[in-house]
Amino acid sequence: MVMTKPTIDQVWEWLDAVPDPEIPVISLVDLGIIRGVAWLNDMLEVTVTPTYSGCPATRIINLDIETALNDHGIKKVTLKRQLSPAWTTDWLSEKGKAKLENYGIAPPQTAGGPAQCPRCKSAQVEKISQFGSTPCKAQWRCTDCLEPFDYFKCI
Amino acid sequence: MTDPLQFLLRMGDNSLVLGHRVSEWCGVAPVLEEDIALANTALDLIGQTQLWLGLAAECEDKGRDADALAFRRDVWDFRNLLLVEQPNRDFGHTMMRQFLFDAWHSLVLAALKSSDNSEIAAIAEKSLKEVTYHLERSSDTVIALGDGTEESYMRMQASLDRLWPYVGEMFLTDEHDLIDVAALYPAFDELTNDVLGTATLSIPTDNFTHKGGKTGARHTEHLGHMIATMQFLPRAYPDAKW
Repeated sequence: MVMTKPTIDQVWEWLDAVPDPEIPVISLVDLGIIRGVAWLNDMLEVTVTPTYSGCPATRIINLDIETALNDHGIKKVTLKRQLSPAWTTDWLSEKGKAKLENYGIAPPQTAGGPAQCPRCKSAQVEKISQFGSTPCKAQWRCTDCLEPFDYFKCI
Repeated sequence: MTDPLQFLLRMGDNSLVLGHRVSEWCGVAPVLEEDIALANTALDLIGQTQLWLGLAAECEDKGRDADALAFRRDVWDFRNLLLVEQPNRDFGHTMMRQFLFDAWHSLVLAALKSSDNSEIAAIAEKSLKEVTYHLERSSDTVIALGDGTEESYMRMQASLDRLWPYVGEMFLTDEHDLIDVAALYPAFDELTNDVLGTATLSIPTDNFTHKGGKTGARHTEHLGHMIATMQFLPRAYPDAKW
């Protein structure tokens, strides 16, 4: 059977439908960790950069990418790890940031802390800890509605 | 050009040994937030270990991988600083050890970012982002506990007195070092004076230094016990799958 190669744009679209395993409201493309997609003859090479070096989700992410592309009929997939330039939250898509906020996770701000409480939108917030439930998050609290919330750390 | 293997083992073993030490707190830290922070710090360090020891294994080219280097070498083959193998003792002591290491680590990684070995530069660039967070937290905690209650002050000063003799080794440059670590001392001195001063702690004036960790000549007795625990599973059940 001769299969026509899906276009690179088509592959990006498929990858944009693969959810982040820890924060399923955003896609791997939203997260900014897919750094490149290219055909090497009949092999599709996907370049991925880790968020945090020890993040246990990395292995699941690689598996999810392969599975999704296999499901779309691409049988030969190779993943390339790229460390430099190191992942930065600047690569989060605007769409992804909006989804995070709706989900209850304050998106990263260059100022170093959340702009507002994702629930009540008050700007009166304080840091509980720089570390949270996953390596990419910190714990903050709203001093108006008193709810604790996750903040996606800016790195 | 210097063979980078020994230096890569030093970087990897530092993060491996400290990462394991810090992970010993998982589930037993004083409060939940600190437990999470310690576990996250340990996770970052173990992630960095995979990068450093992975590259070391490639350099060595003897068919070993990062896991083989971590789990199938014995004490005399480890090249970590003596500071990181010191036991946790109390929470304050753990955070003092973390602060002294983070201060050194951040300077070393910043210098390695401009290494002409692109793989080393990439690992340093990645790690530095994480270590910047570690340093911010350990500095804040050392200040809070040093300038805290009478009891916490006393414990932090005792930790500093106990750990200071392990600081000197971090700044002894030899032929295996890819950067001149001794040249980083003035920046370390400035940083530690600033943080420890704010923490109302006094830096010991005696500059006696223990050495032998990074060269592998003489580790302290604590490393063997730690490695025995860390390596038990893969040694008792070789090739066990998760």
